Amino acid sequence: MSDTAAQPREEETDGSDDPGQPDGSNEPGESTDTESPPSGGPVTTGAESVVAALEAAGAETAFGVQGGAIMPVYDALYGSSVRHVTMAHEQGAAHAADAYGVVAGEPGLCLATSGPGATNLVTGIADADMDSDAMLALTGQVPTEFVGNDAFQETDTIGVTRPITKHNYFASEADTVGDVVGEAFELSRAGRPGPTLVDLPKDITQEQTDRTPGPAAPPAGTDPDPNADADAVEAAARAIENAERPLCLFGGGVIKAEASQAARTFARTYGIPVTTTMPGIGSFPEDDELCLSWAGMHGTGYANMAITHTDCLIAVGTRFDDRLTGGIDTFAPEAEVVHIDIDPAEISKNVHADYPLIGDAERALDQLTAAVREAPDAEAWRERCAEWKETYPLTYTAPEDEPLKPQFVVEAFDEATDDDTIVTTGVGQHQMWASQFWTYTEPRTWVSSHGLGTMGYGVPAAVGARVAADTMGETDRDVICFDGDGSFLMTLQELSVAVREDLNVTIAVLNNEYIGMVRQWQDAFYEGRHMASDYTWMPEFDKLAEAFGALGLRVDDYDEVAPAVEEALDYDGPVVIDFHVDPEENVLPMVPSGGANGQFATAEDQL
Amino acid sequence: MSGDSAGSASASDARPEADSRPAPGDQPGPDERAHPDGRRNLEGIRIDPAVEAEHHSRRAVISALVEDEPGVLARVSGLVSRRQFNIESLTVGPTTVDGHSRITMVVEETDPGIDQIEKQMAKLKPVISVGEVAGDAVTSELVLLKLQGDEPAEVYAVTEMYDGRTVDAGPDTVTVELTGDSTRINNAIGAFKQFGIIEIARTGPTALARGDTPTAPGEKPGTAGEPTTHDDRRDTPHRQ
Repeated sequence: MSDTAAQPREEETDGSDDPGQPDGSNEPGESTDTESPPSGGPVTTGAESVVAALEAAGAETAFGVQGGAIMPVYDALYGSSVRHVTMAHEQGAAHAADAYGVVAGEPGLCLATSGPGATNLVTGIADADMDSDAMLALTGQVPTEFVGNDAFQETDTIGVTRPITKHNYFASEADTVGDVVGEAFELSRAGRPGPTLVDLPKDITQEQTDRTPGPAAPPAGTDPDPNADADAVEAAARAIENAERPLCLFGGGVIKAEASQAARTFARTYGIPVTTTMPGIGSFPEDDELCLSWAGMHGTGYANMAITHTDCLIAVGTRFDDRLTGGIDTFAPEAEVVHIDIDPAEISKNVHADYPLIGDAERALDQLTAAVREAPDAEAWRERCAEWKETYPLTYTAPEDEPLKPQFVVEAFDEATDDDTIVTTGVGQHQMWASQFWTYTEPRTWVSSHGLGTMGYGVPAAVGARVAADTMGETDRDVICFDGDGSFLMTLQELSVAVREDLNVTIAVLNNEYIGMVRQWQDAFYEGRHMASDYTWMPEFDKLAEAFGALGLRVDDYDEVAPAVEEALDYDGPVVIDFHVDPEENVLPMVPSGGANGQFATAEDQL
Repeated sequence: MSGDSAGSASASDARPEADSRPAPGDQPGPDERAHPDGRRNLEGIRIDPAVEAEHHSRRAVISALVEDEPGVLARVSGLVSRRQFNIESLTVGPTTVDGHSRITMVVEETDPGIDQIEKQMAKLKPVISVGEVAGDAVTSELVLLKLQGDEPAEVYAVTEMYDGRTVDAGPDTVTVELTGDSTRINNAIGAFKQFGIIEIARTGPTALARGDTPTAPGEKPGTAGEPTTHDDRRDTPHRQ
């Protein structure tokens, strides 16, 4: 979105024209020509103050796209210790920053210019907001005096992003802009994480200032007490001791709070079976005897049976999304609910909490582990859960007269890779198979778009995840992106970034020539009318990958899968494998929208 | 599933063998499973299915002390509209503390809805403290009424009865100003209708708690002029 030629008016608005300039000796236009100081050097402009704040906050990587109004900030990044990864599209920058944050456990950072640059970020910001991912977006803005005049490349970025950020800031002074950026960075990870944004008018970033930003802290009142109320913990502990059919439900908050170890200790100490939400995948090892994998619309039958029959649901860091609960009237209908969450607004928002514990997931789980005096008598319940695992296993069939099954591809990658492998996905059928047929054991290995359901998340997320792993020195970890043909087509331009940066990622397109989840719903609920879901017009992705400079492979049969997986994993650099899979395969089991979790369909004709 | 045959020469070898476990289509269907009788209501509260309790909405006055920064009203009103809260009125005005304003909202919601409004508003960064104003709070609103000027003496009499004030009078119109709680204002409007109301402007109610009770939790009553900080919010978290 860089259009610098058409901005003559900005010449007039160099910060040096500002009558409030503290130092009148600066020459007009000086600020833009000044060479950026080396990292850690003295601050001379608002933009350098911004970069100094980022460096001080520990930001290591930024993803973004250049453009007119953000140029001063980019100029200040020249020579900075913050690594900048140029993306092909701002949406890719936001998703890459989001995924970087998920893998690194630090706020992701993305940059864009004003107008279309900022609006292109919006999908990625909304995605981070729905999944409570810490992220800071910095957007350029037209100079202050043009704001509100419908100037070239002007958008009311603050207005547009207000409902999808924790908080957004309009920078109004060069002297404080660094402090604002530092505060926004810290706010994004304080309490319940989420995206923040600072809108940076070009005159503010160009203006002279020698003010180095002070130490950054989140705004007062936004970093809540991590400890849950002691009396509430005791009451919850009594309920757990007396339960006959206790069940843990670990959400994404467990991973964000680095509480996976505390969660494992709690469940194992008291022998309580575990389900997770989709964002909670990896919080508890799926190969553990106690684990029933994830619950919800396409969750395992046994997880949904356990939720349906539990009498004490210990839910941690989850907001009880409708894709998890199905119809609220039939969700865990016999359970008293213990709900641990850092955000008081999530308590009793969707499901009433009988025992609300407001606090940090790790801290509250430790408190609860200490407060429970004896394990609940749940031997019979554990056996029942084990029986459900036998009765409703995740399986598929591979008849000889049907094409390659997508589930087989997911399993082949899982078998060929280590437990620390990072999986990213787009959204749709392939996402469900990637979550169902891969056995996740570690947090921050499952990187997906949950709440917003953003098709196209997978490729930029793989870029962000790879950069994060490399930044942490974990270059040996594999990064696999499972994508659908529809999802891949939405953001595949970011493949150019993977090639340019020589990123070791494998993109496995599960190509069924449909926007498959829609096709599945059309077959189930719209009498098979495939309106606009038929994607037989897809390009040949292996050849497209070669054109980008990546390794491109195509697989049509079972016997080609293992060699292709091996070749991709051995290859040092980006690979795209176009797996042509059975177009008619459905994601099962399935709880129909708004239905009861316990009434999941195991075959299409049950929907 | 067996992917053990990876790398084998023929398609049939690489294809996963039939699983001894039941395929999805062979697993018991929804009708073959036991389902509990328990139910929850729309608020997610467990209920006796035989006597499902209905939640009635009620009128509540929410007061919030906020930092008077650009966009704070947009943040509050945006929150209310996005989460579909039922709002009757919203008033804003400065306080005695520089940079602080008070927002008073009247909402028509169920108890869980009122709880959500308070909690969601508390998450907004410029909101210093927020809470429902106790039922016996002092509430008052202001109305301006422009009336036909045909019967000035009668208008004056009714204005007197409601302790109002004539703020403008001309050959054709009389404008009066009244304050009071909403019931009183509604009654007055009813009484003025006989003269013909040309235009009307109401502010909506604003409110303060009585006595020593803080109007919004975390506020320090009786210390007008002293700064009230975000940190006070820590003392009154929304714990249940």
